[in-house]
Amino acid sequence: MLYRAEVKVVLKPGVLDPQGRTVENAVKTLGYEGVSQVRIGKCIALTVEAASQEQAAALVEELGRRVLSNPVLETFTYSLTAQTGVR
Amino acid sequence: MRFGVVVFPGTNCEFDTYRALGEVLGLEVAYVWHQERDLSGLDGVILAGGFSYGDYLRTGAIARFSPVMASVAEFAERGGLVMGICNGFQILCEAGLLPGALQRNNHLQFRCAWSYLRVENNSTPFTNQTSQGQLLRIPVNHGEGNYFADPETLAELNRHGQVLFRYADAEGRITDEANPNGSVENIAGICNRRGNVMGMMPHPERACEAILGSEDGKYLFMSMVNHLKGRAACV
Repeated sequence: MLYRAEVKVVLKPGVLDPQGRTVENAVKTLGYEGVSQVRIGKCIALTVEAASQEQAAALVEELGRRVLSNPVLETFTYSLTAQTGVR
Repeated sequence: MRFGVVVFPGTNCEFDTYRALGEVLGLEVAYVWHQERDLSGLDGVILAGGFSYGDYLRTGAIARFSPVMASVAEFAERGGLVMGICNGFQILCEAGLLPGALQRNNHLQFRCAWSYLRVENNSTPFTNQTSQGQLLRIPVNHGEGNYFADPETLAELNRHGQVLFRYADAEGRITDEANPNGSVENIAGICNRRGNVMGMMPHPERACEAILGSEDGKYLFMSMVNHLKGRAACV
């Protein structure tokens, strides 16, 4: 089975995000009010081949931990969708 | 005594490092390609600066999975001296050989400038030729040199004398103005608990000749030499 995974990597709470802060400042400069705590992360999409949803999840979990995020600064979440009719 | 300068695709400070060690200090030095697994015959390994693998994903994130890095980890485990400069520091952190991580500079700008480093611990293999509190004039050149570690890790670093350098002003004061990137506690360079793996964002290899404006970088390499002389060659 093929599965489409989307891994979302975000900075841990409390880790300074200068990009987010700069975007927030720009938003405020444009006159928008009520916008705060802008945080910038990454979305990494990948297709994995695995025998089951559980195996696909285990692989994505491992990749998220070992490669796609740096646990010192970041956390990640992911979604997994079976690619039906695709082989 | 032989030093290796590790070269990844995208490394760009290997020639400066080779020159500083080989031509300026007269040491035996060789390039080590990222596919290399054999580090035998080396006493010290230096991960030079640059943009390994284009800094894709995160700085140092891809380089750490290169074949050579498994050997560097073993080399460090055997007690070999490992120094990571700039991107090399980022790689060592990604590889877990040093604690913490390097983030985007807090002002988001790339910073290429002279900096003063205050020696915080002069009893390590990398600083034994300096004096405690000495100011070293060494340039920085990076966009992601903002050192981060959680409070527990920071406390550990401080408790065990693992902070080797802090960014200071010309009088040796640790101030926000002297901090070129937002590093926590002005940290510019650290070592592991054992003291044989160190990383720093500033470039000592660019400060080894008077014509370049400073020779203070020599202290670090000569410290390594001094340390290695005091024990049997080749780990």
